Amino acid sequence: MTTLAKKVQEVFDEPACGKNQGKSEKERKKGCTKQLTPGAAAGGCAFDGAKIALQPITDVAHLVHGPIACEGNSWDNRGAKSSGSRLYRTGFTTDVNELDVVYGGEKRLYKSIREVIEKYDPPAVFVYQTCVTALIGDDVEAVCKAAGAKFGKPVIPINAPGFVGNKNLGNKLAGEALLDYVIGTLEPEYTTPYDINIIGEYNLSGELWQVKPLFDKLGIRILSCISGDAKYQEVAWSHRARATMMVCSKAMINITRKLEERYGIPYFEGSFYGISDMSESLRQTSKLLVQRGAPAELLERTEALIKEEEAKAWQQLEPYKARLAGKKVLLITGGVKSWSVVSALQEVGMEIVGTSVKKSTVEDKERIKELMGQDAHMLDDMTPREMYKMLKEARAEIMLSGGRSQFVALKAKMPWLDINQERHHAYAGYDGMVALVREIDRALYNPIWEQVRKPAPWET
Amino acid sequence: MANVVTSKKACTVNPLKMSQPIGAVLAFLGLDQCMPALHGSQGCTAFGLVLFVRHFRENIPLQTTAMNEATTILGGMDNIEQAILNIWNRAKPRIICIASTGLTETKGDDVDGYIKLIRQKHPELADLAIVYVSTPDYKDAFQDGWSRAVTQLVQELVEPGSVIPRQVNVLAGSHLTPGDIEEVRDTVEAFGLDPIILPDLSGSLDGHIPEEFMPTTMGGTTLADIRRMGASQFTIAIGEHMRPAAQALEDKADVMFKVLDRITGLEASDRFIALLAELSGNPVPNKYRRQRGQLMDAMLDGHFFFGGKKIAIGAEPDLLWSIGNLLAEMGCEIGVAVTTTHSPLLEKMPAAEVLIGDLEDMEQRARGCDLLITHSHGRQMAERLEIPFLRMGLPLFDRLGAGHRLSVGYRGTRDLIFEIGNLFMANAHEASPATWMPPQQECHDCAPATTH
Repeated sequence: MTTLAKKVQEVFDEPACGKNQGKSEKERKKGCTKQLTPGAAAGGCAFDGAKIALQPITDVAHLVHGPIACEGNSWDNRGAKSSGSRLYRTGFTTDVNELDVVYGGEKRLYKSIREVIEKYDPPAVFVYQTCVTALIGDDVEAVCKAAGAKFGKPVIPINAPGFVGNKNLGNKLAGEALLDYVIGTLEPEYTTPYDINIIGEYNLSGELWQVKPLFDKLGIRILSCISGDAKYQEVAWSHRARATMMVCSKAMINITRKLEERYGIPYFEGSFYGISDMSESLRQTSKLLVQRGAPAELLERTEALIKEEEAKAWQQLEPYKARLAGKKVLLITGGVKSWSVVSALQEVGMEIVGTSVKKSTVEDKERIKELMGQDAHMLDDMTPREMYKMLKEARAEIMLSGGRSQFVALKAKMPWLDINQERHHAYAGYDGMVALVREIDRALYNPIWEQVRKPAPWET
Repeated sequence: MANVVTSKKACTVNPLKMSQPIGAVLAFLGLDQCMPALHGSQGCTAFGLVLFVRHFRENIPLQTTAMNEATTILGGMDNIEQAILNIWNRAKPRIICIASTGLTETKGDDVDGYIKLIRQKHPELADLAIVYVSTPDYKDAFQDGWSRAVTQLVQELVEPGSVIPRQVNVLAGSHLTPGDIEEVRDTVEAFGLDPIILPDLSGSLDGHIPEEFMPTTMGGTTLADIRRMGASQFTIAIGEHMRPAAQALEDKADVMFKVLDRITGLEASDRFIALLAELSGNPVPNKYRRQRGQLMDAMLDGHFFFGGKKIAIGAEPDLLWSIGNLLAEMGCEIGVAVTTTHSPLLEKMPAAEVLIGDLEDMEQRARGCDLLITHSHGRQMAERLEIPFLRMGLPLFDRLGAGHRLSVGYRGTRDLIFEIGNLFMANAHEASPATWMPPQQECHDCAPATTH
């Protein structure tokens, strides 16, 4: 078995994943990637997933080894924000040509790494493998090793070519690369009993900055965030944190679990979406830190902060309650976002008429059932036509989803709100919840709906 | 006139170029009730889809054969068969168009052979048109993929026939927006001619709202129209990269053609209008005589602001040609011209050099220019260089109305001159007492500080 195939098997057999543990031995072998249906598939590839997971590391040069499609068609299109370096938004690719495909692309890759280091001097270069260069047998690991030795800089191979699987697998393979080559290679200047990791938070639209002030108020230091607004060195010393919060469902569960196995860092799974989820995340963080030796008074301070912030948020939400109560929402998103957003919307009295659970785990589904009752409308694989019908017939009054399905709602002349990675608003924490509700209100009550739904005067 | 050079770097930085397969896909999106698919891994499709969604702000029907490691090595016959059947059953398109990718080309799948076998196996698909085009990612660029796709459509679908009077073909290049195509249609029709436009993005991606949910494209050139193109009296190809398709049409159905290298600019628009007058035998409608006057007036009012300005352009060859020539005709100097792929137009560009390269090359050369023109990915460069920036080409993901931008014909050229002239005016430097002061350093030969 090739090293990559072994890695994929390893990632599939995730002991900390409840969904995986619920499977039979045979099913587990098949892995967690559903076989895609040609002609009826959607979503990104493993390379896409790896890039999403790691590109938010801001000072690293992200170099894509492959033909122009992989980087040229997709660069600088994600909303992860940086407080410092802009290098992560620079598109680097070997753009392999026909000759490279025939003779091999390793030399071009090596030269490219040299050019990037000479011109941009990043603390590290991440090299992403893609389908074509994997198929012709370019040994990215070997080239990275040679280049790293020659240029005296970490050159990290990210071996997640698109054709090995979907985005989620790519997230995990990216995590493996960090575990194999980055985490544990540097030491922070100092540590405190209040140091935490946040894993699976990408700082989209600046959401990390929405919650960071809350941790700051408690004196909790985000030692490393993987990977939102991260610097290379911060990722490299994440093994010195006292506790880990895992944010985006199971996307990077392997990093979280191995940090616990290798370095004894306990973790919990939480969410920044919704008032009660945010509070619970603060509570859990403090609890773990106190268990690891932080003074117990942290717990009291946490409760005090939660009380204050919740009261403030509810006060801000109050005016919306009457306007949004009973409004019917169709929520099309994946995994953890489903249940955390469900609870958030219910907090202002909205009715969730359906939510997709395509990417959710058994636990996620249980959570949704708890929240929405036994007859929750969980849609495993809703077709765009069905969504359109539901909206057109006003069985749902607003759709919340990712960008590519927005036209299902808009062409039915119904309101839509972006809650995926390209969105322009930040919805994390207490402020974020207020912002989400405000945006829903703006979408629902925009005066355009009345005009665009009216037929032309000569058609009546 | 221009020296054409290719960047010698190993590493492309800030790509200007996009890949061939999605160029082919965009051409296919200009066909009515079509479902395009990429024969590759799911990511190839996802990236293209997101790119077009962000540019057009429209639903983009686009599928994938969902190749994985094993199927790639074993060959993609089963995946193509399943993809065609699934698309047929779910979306009921009139036509399925498949473009290959780097992955399946590296393996060397014989897709033409596969489709023959699939046709034999599935007689129920007899009414479904299936077109396949080979577009490896590791060769050429977006507009080449578009060009190949249109040529393939012509070769496979056009049928020779006896001439239908007044019917003319328009082969539209990838540098034309849905708004441009709409303008072309209106103009051709104003002469009493019946145009068949291929591909017709103005039918599918112009932002109309259908009454029903459509899983396929919701407008564009119909299959019947493509078939009838062999019975047209003439073909007008807009853009040099449409020449192969026009030639294929002539070879197949004896339809004579003329390639209009561009239809932006006064003389270029004159050639277009004169050709339509000649083909139709009709006089030029008053509307266009009036618009021609307005364009001349715009040139007269605007030329003060254009003369001597230095421009950096990054665009695919045919767009570079259209815009670069217009600006040169207005008195600008094309200081930097960067493009994505070879074209016979490049050496004729009114510039000292045309570089096949990336936006890093453009950025390094653009210092001191008065205006940057490229697609939205130029935004970082524009910020760093602090030079006014006009977004043109694809993708335009950070502005509304990308599909409706108009830069062809008298009217389109007039408005483009206003838009660019306004950028120059807005960024003109105000004089101050320091403007004409001699430089501080003791250097007698130094040129005095100038403004621009």
